[in-house]
Amino acid sequence: MKYIDYIQLNPFERFWYKFKEAIKNLPNTLKAFFCAIGKAIKNFVLKLALGIKDFAVGFAQGDIITKLSYLIMGLGNVTRGQVIKGIIFFSLEVAYIAFMVFFGGTYLGQFFTLEAQTHYETVSGGRGGTSQTLVYDTYSNQILIYGILAIMATLAFVAIYLASTKSARKCEQLKKAGKKPETFVNEIKELLDSKFHITLLSVPVILICVFVLLPLIFMILMAFTNYSDKNYFSFQWVGMANFAEIFSGSSVGGASMGYTFGNIVLWTLIWAVAATFSNYILGMVVALMINKKGIKLKKLWRTLFVMTIAVPQFVTLLLIAQMIGSSQDSPLNLFISMFTGEPSQFDVLTQNYDGWIARATVIIINIWIGIPYTILMTTGILMNIPEDLYESARIDGAGPVKSFTKITLPYMLFVTTPHLITTFIGNVNNFNVIYLLTGGGPKVNEYKYGAGKTDLLITLLYKLSVDQQKYGLGAAIGILVFIVCATLSLVTFNMTKSAKDEEAFS
Amino acid sequence: MIKSYKLRRGLANTFIYILLAVLGLIWIFPLVWLILHSFRIDPNGGTPAVNVDHLFPYLNELGFDNYIGLFTKTDFMLWFKNTFIIAVICCIISTLSVLVVAYAFSRLRFKARKPLINVGMIMGMFPGFMTMIALYYILKMMSLDQTMLGLILCYSAGSGLGYLVMKGYLDTIPHALDEAATIDGANQFQVFWKIILPMAKPMVIYQILTSFIGPWCDFILVRLVMMDNSDGYTVARGLWRWTEQEYKTEFYRYFLSGSVVVSIPITALFLYMQKYYVEGVTAGGVKG
Repeated sequence: MKYIDYIQLNPFERFWYKFKEAIKNLPNTLKAFFCAIGKAIKNFVLKLALGIKDFAVGFAQGDIITKLSYLIMGLGNVTRGQVIKGIIFFSLEVAYIAFMVFFGGTYLGQFFTLEAQTHYETVSGGRGGTSQTLVYDTYSNQILIYGILAIMATLAFVAIYLASTKSARKCEQLKKAGKKPETFVNEIKELLDSKFHITLLSVPVILICVFVLLPLIFMILMAFTNYSDKNYFSFQWVGMANFAEIFSGSSVGGASMGYTFGNIVLWTLIWAVAATFSNYILGMVVALMINKKGIKLKKLWRTLFVMTIAVPQFVTLLLIAQMIGSSQDSPLNLFISMFTGEPSQFDVLTQNYDGWIARATVIIINIWIGIPYTILMTTGILMNIPEDLYESARIDGAGPVKSFTKITLPYMLFVTTPHLITTFIGNVNNFNVIYLLTGGGPKVNEYKYGAGKTDLLITLLYKLSVDQQKYGLGAAIGILVFIVCATLSLVTFNMTKSAKDEEAFS
Repeated sequence: MIKSYKLRRGLANTFIYILLAVLGLIWIFPLVWLILHSFRIDPNGGTPAVNVDHLFPYLNELGFDNYIGLFTKTDFMLWFKNTFIIAVICCIISTLSVLVVAYAFSRLRFKARKPLINVGMIMGMFPGFMTMIALYYILKMMSLDQTMLGLILCYSAGSGLGYLVMKGYLDTIPHALDEAATIDGANQFQVFWKIILPMAKPMVIYQILTSFIGPWCDFILVRLVMMDNSDGYTVARGLWRWTEQEYKTEFYRYFLSGSVVVSIPITALFLYMQKYYVEGVTAGGVKG
């Protein structure tokens, strides 16, 4: 489509066109993404090769002290005037070796089987006899997590080791050239200037490595094990078995994981689309009503809605869950009986209508929760639309409807499209609403592992790994959720790029 | 012609007023219900039933017992104190790490910048629940499970990954400013401290408030880290517990009054940060 055709489309067609293009471009994007990864790996390997060459050549050409500092880190620095730096290198080496000998090495050795180490201990029984008790020396989950820790420590150590040898060679060269190496104080000063990024990033990066990266690797690897309540202490690598189970149609007692998973994916998508667009469109309508010329008490109306965001979400959700409860005293049933005149015991978590009543309920309640956010967001943007655009449109004879479709909507879609997709991803992962309102129910027998009709992938993940203790399976589903979210993010990225062509509005 | 136009507009406006009023009622109803029922007592001096057969409490059923009981008979004060301490510390750590990471990615140019940004983005796409189980083992390994320090670490350690919005904001501050400062002899630290930080004040306030509010609203991580150690609970976890079946009969009234008490500071903070909130969301949105 040529640009001239494109600008004649109405906003919805434009949005749809952009969306289609983004989907169409997805294979290309993916290709580009993987090419970029490949390139990065290639660059990395090239750099590594260069580094190794430097490393070897440096060793061959260096004098005896430099050669020795390949074994004893920091020696080159100490003998050539960088005492403190040298000592730091040396103590790091000692620390790493101690860590591996006394701790990490054992776990690293068992990492490839994951089999827990046990032995029998003789314990004297109650009546003077003895009995054999199974005692665990190491548990599989310990082996997995400490093994990862040892690998991460090793990688870090290799980096430090390379840095130390490089530093030793540099010291030697400086010495030969008759110059003095940098003093320690100067190097510290550098950290506030040309190496400021190291100062800034080191603490957050270490924290993220320990509390995000390490657990993440742990969980990713866990998807390839049979870790569950049945083999809690000792589990093994099982390859792709968990993924195979997710997609398998074989049923146990009338319920198969494949069926459960397929239906939950379908409902997750329906939910995400319905929740996102209902909030966006209805919220914008309300915001426009509040912003309309001639409506008084704008601030009061807005506060009325926005108040509901301010109350912590778990409070309102728990409250609403109570209000729509099944007992005949719950506000919902009181309300119904006001009309029917007789006590009602309506339960939204009914299995009738294939769970659609519960599904509709969560979507409606999500509208209650989400509209204030849309109002809050769009009000500011609506007021940002330059007034002269409307004025010139009016002079040209455009009515209110026309100026809405030609000015307001394109502007809104332009500004909020990326936000719309972020909201969509947020809704795919909307744990709180589902978990607190319905707990995933109504449970049905066709679904495995206690999953219910309103369960999203994310609540299924929670159920599997916390309630059902099927950790391996849960982790596998987590990886699938990641793939879905990553694909959506790529689409977003594509659309933002295409949105940048319309600089006119920004 | 003009008259009919006015009439039409008047009609439209009346219709909008009615619609807004109805919608406003629907939106405010649960909150009003919460507040009214938090004052509800049993006129005979017992525990009020969880459910009632009338939508709003009668006048003779109103009293302050639930609030007095909340502070004298339950652990609420302890939980409130826990949450406050955790929130303050998390707020400091998170704000600092977000600021520092965003500044490094926005202003400094170094070799590892692009790879780090990409890795951070990919890590952010994994669902947070995935790491929970492992997080518990790591805390256990450091014997930090069931402690407040462990909870604080869980909340704030990964916060550096949320740099996107802040980076988007810092990107809009003109580079000419730091260049001018550099020419005048400032080093990178001084540029950060004396120029960028004051300019980014609105976004810093947004960051402070969001990371302060976070611990007040989370209940999943607390459940995982604290298990049954109710002395270490935060308000959200405590209140959630009171709606569980075994506690409900006795404590539901305290759930209601406790919810109101928690909502007051959060609402105040939120109304204060409203404009920063909009700025934050849209800044993040436009920049993708």
